[in-house]
Amino acid sequence: MSALPFHRRKDVRLAWRYLIAVLLVIVFVFPVYWLFIISFKTPDEIFAFPPVWYPASIQFNNYAVLFKDGDAWSVWNSLVLASVSTFFAMIFGTIAAYSLVRFKTGGENLAVWIISQRMMPPVAIVFPLFLLYVYFGWVDTYHGLIILYTAFSLPYVIWMMRGYIEDIPLELEESALVDGCTRWEVLWKVVLPMARSGLFATAVFTFIFAWNDFLFALVLTRTEVTTYTVQVTHYFGGQSNFWAKIAAMSVLGTIPVFFTVAVMQRYLVRGISMGAVKG
Amino acid sequence: MPAIAVHPDRNFKYWLLTPAIFLLLLVGLFPLIYSLIVSFMRIDMMDTDTSFAGLYNYANLFKDSRLWWSLAHTLLITAIALPIELLLGLAMAYLFLEKMPGRQIFIALLVLPTIISPIVAGATWRLLFDNKYGPINQILGWFAGERVNALWTINPTLVYPAIIFCEIWQWTPFMFLILLAALSNVDKSQTEAAEIDGARFWRSFRYIVLPAIWPVMAIAILIRGLDLFRIFDIIWALTQGGPGTKTETISIYAYVQGFKQFETSYTAAIAFLVIAILTIVCTWAIRRMGLAK
Repeated sequence: MSALPFHRRKDVRLAWRYLIAVLLVIVFVFPVYWLFIISFKTPDEIFAFPPVWYPASIQFNNYAVLFKDGDAWSVWNSLVLASVSTFFAMIFGTIAAYSLVRFKTGGENLAVWIISQRMMPPVAIVFPLFLLYVYFGWVDTYHGLIILYTAFSLPYVIWMMRGYIEDIPLELEESALVDGCTRWEVLWKVVLPMARSGLFATAVFTFIFAWNDFLFALVLTRTEVTTYTVQVTHYFGGQSNFWAKIAAMSVLGTIPVFFTVAVMQRYLVRGISMGAVKG
Repeated sequence: MPAIAVHPDRNFKYWLLTPAIFLLLLVGLFPLIYSLIVSFMRIDMMDTDTSFAGLYNYANLFKDSRLWWSLAHTLLITAIALPIELLLGLAMAYLFLEKMPGRQIFIALLVLPTIISPIVAGATWRLLFDNKYGPINQILGWFAGERVNALWTINPTLVYPAIIFCEIWQWTPFMFLILLAALSNVDKSQTEAAEIDGARFWRSFRYIVLPAIWPVMAIAILIRGLDLFRIFDIIWALTQGGPGTKTETISIYAYVQGFKQFETSYTAAIAFLVIAILTIVCTWAIRRMGLAK
């Protein structure tokens, strides 16, 4: 290779990088493609041997069935649960993080205790939680799951927001106090706007955690607030699976997340790198 | 002490923490204390004996071979999937570290698997792995030159590769994104200086890049390790722990004991075993990786 002039060597290198990049994209994207494409296939195409790699025409019958049977309602449930719990987790988590950072409330111990809650495996608390929820009558209710998702997201939100709030210069808050703002006004008018990009990034991840939850929803819902993740598993049968419904429901449940991530992309990349670097 | 913290309005700092702490106690600590108490009783489907039973359930843990197998399955999946995700993610991060036209589009496409719900990832791979109508056997058939009829989610020797493949597919992009961010922050002048000095790639990686990205990498390993230890969704969608109990992980086993067999007290004991293991491993890992300040 050393015989090649420098710029040629660079071209060859770039070509290799493109080749590997394209192969990687094929491997990683093909399953997503397959999921989407099944949802547009007719039953004949789904159960064709050998498999059909793309449908003859795009048809939405598989989706129409979900809406007609009311199964699509589960996506709405997921949307309500994930957005409302994200909203509350962001508010409670941010003000708690502010207290931890600015006033060192509880010292390092409290912060460590809060973060350690993140390490708790859901399966360890889901059973006692179930008994508690039965006692309160919270099983299969919106508020029951919203409280649970909010609480479960809090350690993450507090952890992330702590890092962002530490970066806000104290002088800004102090001058706002001197100008006669109350402490709540300082929070609302100075801290929140300054931490905006961090708030957005953290909110997206919090939303996705709640959106992806399966175990809690499996245990704590019955018929009223079934989430889409639980609904998908209803289509698995012992002998045969309802492929069209699995695919269509999965796509319905995936689109809101794709959409959110696409809209919030610029915040996410910064959020991931900053959050990770700050630890 | 910064001036702003000197005279906080009375109780303001506690008001800020109240909702968060209340929720964490309700959903985190309360169930924990409750199950600690229950784990010393003998409550199951038939019997609600609430008298103190001592370490009865904990003693049973040691006799329960199904439990230890489920722990072994969990560790097996973690031990194989985690290093592959890390190394593949690192290699991909290097591939996209330098600028190239269309880089952002490649990255956006590669990240798709990670933002899909794990249960959907499992369902998708169940469709892909289907022995007759799934594309994987078809593609393998092209290479083999004959029809392949592998029962990926049923055959005991194929089921682990299937689960691990799905797991790697979904989470390598996560490692990739984090490591890409970490690598981009490494001071380029240092690695370039080392290359001019004639240092080979491995030496500059070992002594310059790795120490720089280690804090981020350690956290990524810890997060993924914890997630793998409680793996549930992907396996539930792919095999439900089957065939038999061949792919039962600790989370699946605890779920079965609690919600299928209604072994209330015993499940509580399993939960505490899991918490004990995690606490020990985490404390060790955090010290070992130098994450503690």
